[in-house]
Amino acid sequence: MSAFIAAALLLVGSLFCLVAAVGMLRLPDTLIRMHAATKAGTLGTGCILAAEAVAAGELGTTLRAAAVIVFLLLTAPVAAHLIGRAAYHRGIHLFDKTWIDELGESIENPKSDPDGRPAQRPDRS
Amino acid sequence: MIIDGQTALQAASRLALALLIVSAAISFIRLVRGPQAADRVVALDLISVLIVAFLAAYAVHSGDTSFLDVAIAYALVAFLGTVALSRFLLRSRGRQTPGGKR
Repeated sequence: MSAFIAAALLLVGSLFCLVAAVGMLRLPDTLIRMHAATKAGTLGTGCILAAEAVAAGELGTTLRAAAVIVFLLLTAPVAAHLIGRAAYHRGIHLFDKTWIDELGESIENPKSDPDGRPAQRPDRS
Repeated sequence: MIIDGQTALQAASRLALALLIVSAAISFIRLVRGPQAADRVVALDLISVLIVAFLAAYAVHSGDTSFLDVAIAYALVAFLGTVALSRFLLRSRGRQTPGGKR
């Protein structure tokens, strides 16, 4: 029975990875692409590692798979934060329909109240 | 049960390996096409996560659990590489887009 659970987890995880890759190709903006890459990729990889833990069914393998999952969950947000911040400061082209730019607003006037009018997007060529 | 569990597991792991390779190929398209350097860094990050998934799926396929150790080491190195690339992006800002906002 555990083999069937592992097979289902493998299929679900690889489908999530495929969704992440398709989103990587199709989404319009760097930050929106990071959304697909980090979230769906981490979930798919976590599902496949859980499938390995279920398929092996021993304590050592389960612990190692859990270690990889915990490590991915710890490092993926940090890496995404660093990439997003570096890309924004470098001056990426935002998507046309992006209308909230809180980081640019707080960079322009750091003392502004958060309930104020949404500031205009900083113009970047 | 008509279908054996191990047969189902082998077929599923084969399909998962094929899907992961297709995903990595699609990410390579973004890596080649990506108009800016940040797009390429994001694509490389996704490809490294997909390689970790591929190692786990191959551990299921071959029944050799020592591939998980490779996955642990690769995840660590990939994280360090992503951090280094993003630091490099921050360090070299402004050279590509002179009108970029700080």
